Amino acid sequence: MNLEFGFNRVTGAALAEPVLDIGDLTISYGGGTPAVQGVHLTVRPGEVVGVIGESGSGKTSLAHAVLRLLPQSAVITGQHLSLCGTDLLGAPDKTVASLRGPGAAMIFQNPMTAFSPLHTLGHQLTDLLWRDRTASKEEKRERILAVLKQVGLPDPAARLETYPFQLSGGMLQRVAIAAALLMRPSLLIADEPTTALDVTMEAQILHLMRELRAESGVAILMISHHLGVIAEICDRVAVMYAGRIVEEGTVEAIFADPRHPYTKALFACELSLIETGISRMPVIDHEALRRIAPVMRGAQ
Amino acid sequence: MTFFILRRIGLGLVILLIVALLLFGMMHMIPGDPTVVALGPRSTPEMREAFRQLMGLDRPIFEQLGLFLGRLSQGNLGEDVWSRRPVLTMILEVLPYTVTLAVASFIWAVALGIVLGCAAVVHHGRWPDWLIGVLSVGLVAVPSFVVSLYSLLIFAVTLNWLPAIGAGEPGDIMGQARALILPSFAIGLGWVGYVSRIVRAAMIEAMGEAYVRTLRSFGVPERKIIYRYALKQAFLAVLSVIAIGFGGLLTGSVFAEIVFSRPGLGKMTYDAVISRNYPVVMGTVLMTSGLYVTCMIIADVVTAFLDPRVRSAL
Ligand SMILES: Nc1ncnc2c1ncn2[C@@H]1O[C@H](COP(=O)(O)OP(=O)(O)OP(=O)(O)O)[C@@H](O)[C@H]1O
Ligand SMILES: [Mg+2]
Repeated sequence: MNLEFGFNRVTGAALAEPVLDIGDLTISYGGGTPAVQGVHLTVRPGEVVGVIGESGSGKTSLAHAVLRLLPQSAVITGQHLSLCGTDLLGAPDKTVASLRGPGAAMIFQNPMTAFSPLHTLGHQLTDLLWRDRTASKEEKRERILAVLKQVGLPDPAARLETYPFQLSGGMLQRVAIAAALLMRPSLLIADEPTTALDVTMEAQILHLMRELRAESGVAILMISHHLGVIAEICDRVAVMYAGRIVEEGTVEAIFADPRHPYTKALFACELSLIETGISRMPVIDHEALRRIAPVMRGAQ
Repeated sequence: MTFFILRRIGLGLVILLIVALLLFGMMHMIPGDPTVVALGPRSTPEMREAFRQLMGLDRPIFEQLGLFLGRLSQGNLGEDVWSRRPVLTMILEVLPYTVTLAVASFIWAVALGIVLGCAAVVHHGRWPDWLIGVLSVGLVAVPSFVVSLYSLLIFAVTLNWLPAIGAGEPGDIMGQARALILPSFAIGLGWVGYVSRIVRAAMIEAMGEAYVRTLRSFGVPERKIIYRYALKQAFLAVLSVIAIGFGGLLTGSVFAEIVFSRPGLGKMTYDAVISRNYPVVMGTVLMTSGLYVTCMIIADVVTAFLDPRVRSAL
C-alpha cells in the first residue's frame, strides 16, 4: 500500500482504504506523446476529489481509463489502478466489467448523446439493472422511480415513457445521475457533468451533486476545467497540465496559495473572466508559461 | 401519421408522372418514323397507319400527351403491338411470379445478411470478421447468372433434387415453392454479401456512438448492446438502401428468369426490348417504377414508425 498518500490526507477519511488508487498511470494513443503521464491519484470513501485542467490536458482519458472505456488504440501502463481494492491494470475484461456500475459509475460530459435516441428512458434504465435477475419488472420500476425522485426530476413516472430528445440537457443529466445512483456505486466519476449545460442548469446540477454527497456519502471524482465547479463541491483538487498532475492539495490550500505557475495562470484566467464578464475562457499562452516555468519545458 | 403517408403517396405519384413524361418524351425523341421504330422495319404500311391512328400520332403533340396521360390515369397502359392484348393484363399475369420470387430471395438474403453482418461486428477485427468479409465480397462479385447456371446444373441436373425449369403448376403450392428455391437462391446469394457489408458498416458506426459507451460503462454485456441497441440504429440506417435494393430485385431477376424459364416482369421487359414492343416496354417500366415507389413509401413509413424523433415530428 502506498502509505505516502495516507499521511498526506487531511480529511478524517485518511486511514480508510481508498476507493480509487491510481499509481504512476501513463496513457498513450497509438504511440504518440502520452495523453496522461505518471499520474498518481487517490480517492477515499466519502471524499470528493476534483481534477482540473484545460481542454486536452488528459482529464477524460484518465477518467475513462479507470473503467477501461478508452478506444483500442489507447495503451495503458503504470504501477497500479485499484478500484475498490481490485487492481485493474492487466486484469481480465470480466473483472473490469464486474466493477462497471457497482464499483464506479460514470456521468458523461454530454447528456444529449449519453442515451440511445431510439429507446425510451425507462427501457434504458431498466437495461442498466440487467445484473439483477431476481427482481421483477415492477421492483425495478420502483427502484428507478425512487432514484429519479431523488435527483429531483419532475413527474418521473411519465418520464419513463419519454425519449431522450424530449427532455432538456439539464433534465437528461439528472437522469444520467439517477442512472449512476441506481448502481449504488462506491465511486461516482463525473466527467465535466455541467460543461454542456447553461449556467442555471449548471448551478442546479452542482447543487444536486452536493446534496447527494451529503446524503449518500458516495466518493466522487469530479472532472472539470472550471475552478468554480471544483471550489463548489470538492475536498481536494489535482491540477492537470499536459497529461501530468502538476499540483495537488486541499481546495482551501490551493485556492489560498497556488504554487505552480500553471495553477496561477488558471486562476488569472478565471479572474479576468469575472472582471471582463466575457463568457469564454481565454486561451492560456503556453509560450509565456514556458518562459516563467522552465520545469515545464518538454512537458507538452 | 395519416397525413404523412398521404404526402408520401402524393410524392410517389409525382415521381410516376415524371417517369411517364420521360417515357413519352423518349418515344418522340427516337429518330425516324415512330411507327417504324415501334413496329419494326418489317411492318406493313397498313399496320403503321393503324398504329398511327391507335396512338394518335397524327395529332398535335400536346393533344397526344393529354391522351397518353388520360389513358394512364385510367390504368390503361396500351396494347401489345403484336398480340393486341392489353399491357396491363399481361403485366398482372406475370407480376405474382416476380413478386413471389423477389420476396422469397429478399427475405432469406436479408435475414442471413443481417446475421452475418452482426456476427462480423461481434467478432470485430478477429478471424470470423475477416472470413465473413472475404465471403461477402466474394458473394457480391459472383454474377447471379453464374450462380443460376451452376445451381441448375448441380441441384437440378446432377442431383435431381429440385425442378430445373418453370414456376410450378397453378394450384400446386408445394411444387411452386420447390420451383422457387433455386432461382431465389441464385438471386439472393449476392444480396447476402451486400447486406452483410452494409449492416456491418452501419453497426460499426452505431457502436461508436456515445450512448454505447454509456451502456458499456454500466457493464451492460456487449451482446445486449449489439442486439438490443446498435442493431435497431443500424437497421434504420440501412432500411432505405435495402428498400431500393428490393425494387432492383423486381427487375434484376432477368437472368434467373431466363435460366429457369420462369415467367416474370424482368423476362417480359427483356423480350419486349428485344422485339421493340414499345407499349410493353413502357408499361413494364412504369410498373417497375410504381413498385420502386411503393417500396420507398413502405421504407419511409417503417422508418417513421421505428424512429421516435421522426414519429413525433409527424
Ligand atoms: N481516441 C483518441 N485517439 C487519439 N488521441 C486522443 C484520443 N482521445 C484523446 N486523445 C488525445 O489525448 C489528449 C487528452 O485528451 P482528453 O480528451 O483526455 O482531454 P480532456 O482534458 O478531457 O479535454 P476536454 O476538456 O476537452 O474534454 C489530447 O491531446 C487528445 O488529442
Ligand atoms: Mg474531456
